[in-house]
Amino acid sequence: MTDVLQPPITIAGDDQPQGHDEHHGPTGILKWMTTTDHKIIGLSYTVTSVLMLVIGGLFAEIIRFQLTAPNNSLVSLAQYNELFTMHGSVMIYLFAGPFAFGGLANIIVPIQIGAPDMAFPRLNALSYWLYLTGAITMLAGFFTAGGAANFGWVAYAPLSNSINTPGTGADLWIGGLLLTGFSAIFTGVNLTATIFYLRAPGMTMFRMPIFTWNMLVTGILILLAFPVLTAGLVMLYCDRHFGTHIFSVSGGGVPVLWQHIFWFWGHPEVYILALPFFGMATEIIPVFSRKPVFGYKGMVFATLSIAALSLGVWAHHMFTTGVVLLPFFSIMSLLIAVPTGIKIFNWIGTMWRGQIWFSTAMLMAIGFVVTFLIGGLTGIYLASPPLDFFTHDTYFVVAHFHSVVMALVLGGMGGLYYWGPKITGYLLNERLGKIQFWFLFLGTQVFTFPQYLLGLRGMPRRVPIYPHDPEWKMLNEWSTVGAVMIGISTIVFVVNVGVSWKKHPAGDNPWDGHTLEWFTTSPPPHHNFYRLPQIRSERPTWDYHHPEHRSLGHGTHADEMHSLVGDGFEGHTS
Amino acid sequence: MKVEAKLLLGLGLFFGLMCAVYWNWSLENAGGVMMFAGMLLGFLPGAYFYWWSRRMPVRPEDDPYATQAQGAGVVGSFPGTSIWPFVLGMGAFFVVLALVFGIWFLVPGLALVTWAALGGTAEGRRGGHV
Repeated sequence: MTDVLQPPITIAGDDQPQGHDEHHGPTGILKWMTTTDHKIIGLSYTVTSVLMLVIGGLFAEIIRFQLTAPNNSLVSLAQYNELFTMHGSVMIYLFAGPFAFGGLANIIVPIQIGAPDMAFPRLNALSYWLYLTGAITMLAGFFTAGGAANFGWVAYAPLSNSINTPGTGADLWIGGLLLTGFSAIFTGVNLTATIFYLRAPGMTMFRMPIFTWNMLVTGILILLAFPVLTAGLVMLYCDRHFGTHIFSVSGGGVPVLWQHIFWFWGHPEVYILALPFFGMATEIIPVFSRKPVFGYKGMVFATLSIAALSLGVWAHHMFTTGVVLLPFFSIMSLLIAVPTGIKIFNWIGTMWRGQIWFSTAMLMAIGFVVTFLIGGLTGIYLASPPLDFFTHDTYFVVAHFHSVVMALVLGGMGGLYYWGPKITGYLLNERLGKIQFWFLFLGTQVFTFPQYLLGLRGMPRRVPIYPHDPEWKMLNEWSTVGAVMIGISTIVFVVNVGVSWKKHPAGDNPWDGHTLEWFTTSPPPHHNFYRLPQIRSERPTWDYHHPEHRSLGHGTHADEMHSLVGDGFEGHTS
Repeated sequence: MKVEAKLLLGLGLFFGLMCAVYWNWSLENAGGVMMFAGMLLGFLPGAYFYWWSRRMPVRPEDDPYATQAQGAGVVGSFPGTSIWPFVLGMGAFFVVLALVFGIWFLVPGLALVTWAALGGTAEGRRGGHV
């Protein structure tokens, strides 16, 4: 145990001037185009995906304004189809996933495990270019004569064939998705290889931060799911242009096969989206509760169980097709509630009796837990076939998954407030951050709750107009109010980035963090570390800065280190 | 290495069990085949890791008492700046545009891909500025 107190070993070498990376190499736009540094690539990913969040959010606002009045004519029916298709596509394919595994994970995971870079830096750069060109390809549909894709983000056959959806917008959608799909696969390869092979000495698998664990499982899920989507897209393209009949009845094909393929990717994708944000919350909550994470191994096994079960739940999106095995998929879907419940229990257990610092990042993480709980609980209703038959394709489903994904936005914003100072070297404004949090959190609830009620009253999704009914109108108006609040929160965030730009230097460790990224400088140097501390627990930086409260060594009982159980006395914190 | 192997083998085992239950119960082939492939995704790399974990000494990152000094030396070779990922990405972009706008887009697309393949190979393992 004494070796925890040893001074950190310099790994850059004394003869190397610190910060030598800036001396040679291209600058400006050429630096951006030729970089293989995971931090710059990750920042490019983050900026691009936040831009996609803004674009997808604008589509959402237009959709909500169209739905404010029963027979509104803000947009035409055809435009409305394009808008909800591209809103879903942009948010799922171009924002949520790339933001998490291409953006924050790309920057943070190598630093958290003490690695100099990702395992395959050039492949990492290629991932970004495929993602960027994929995004451009998909959005280019708006500039074609026929408009963008308009068959919903799920592209169900036979609606997506060349007779029902002719035009280049749909093909651009397929092409863009092929590119972003490959970008995701390469990032999955990179994350998995980095975590398996580039950990620092002493960073055993069960000492990795939970965020890194979740990104490892996300990487494995990407490798499992995305190739299926790519194969399905190739089949869809062949059906549209080469005269095959894989998804059309006329030539002996099976339309529902597309749903099987799509959702075999689509449901693991839900966890590919969610797990990184679970990880962000699990990093933020312990740091701002001044405690180690409660139930570390439980968290890891919960993540693994979610990943394992996610392979067997895809057809719960297809209950109403009448051709799927209802009991199997219902049981599997309900089972996922168990590990997810363990996670929520552990988040609360981490905060319990801790000394909570309500910073913006912590508020966002708590908002994430609350909102995700609402989305998760309504998901349990939908896992039951009789209830799903009643609510399928209504606004109840829309509200359910918007609770989930808005929880992810809250978690992601928490991640930006938490790691932003590490990435840029400057703190974000806390006052504006808290304003943003309350708009985002309350806006999300005002946005989704009326939609739950609308769904139970039978309002179908994907309709631009609805019958005159005072109650429906009132509920839709409230939902629009929520959407506007969410929009305001995004504006506050952009203003905050502008206001805080290079104002308040963060220092290496502004939050008194636990994991290795808080040991290096902000922003980290080329190849991330000049020196590393001894790693004897899952929070090496904390152990180094607080040797008197260091984490448990092997074979030590919690009773021997009272400070770890969070007794709430002032004297036991830093 | 052992934890990595167990992790992947465990996932493969679980997917295999689910595949057997699902396929025998539902008699639906698409999902059965995909779950079988999922099982292989666990078993193939898992077996590779297991094979190596029995043959190589414990790595410093698997040793709970390792010191940072044990990790000294070359961790790996990390390339410096390189333009070839960008060129390859643009090549892939044009190839995809050929799917939409016409076969002639393949000409710049495949030219860029070939150029990037040649350039990237010539650049070697440590290209550009390190």
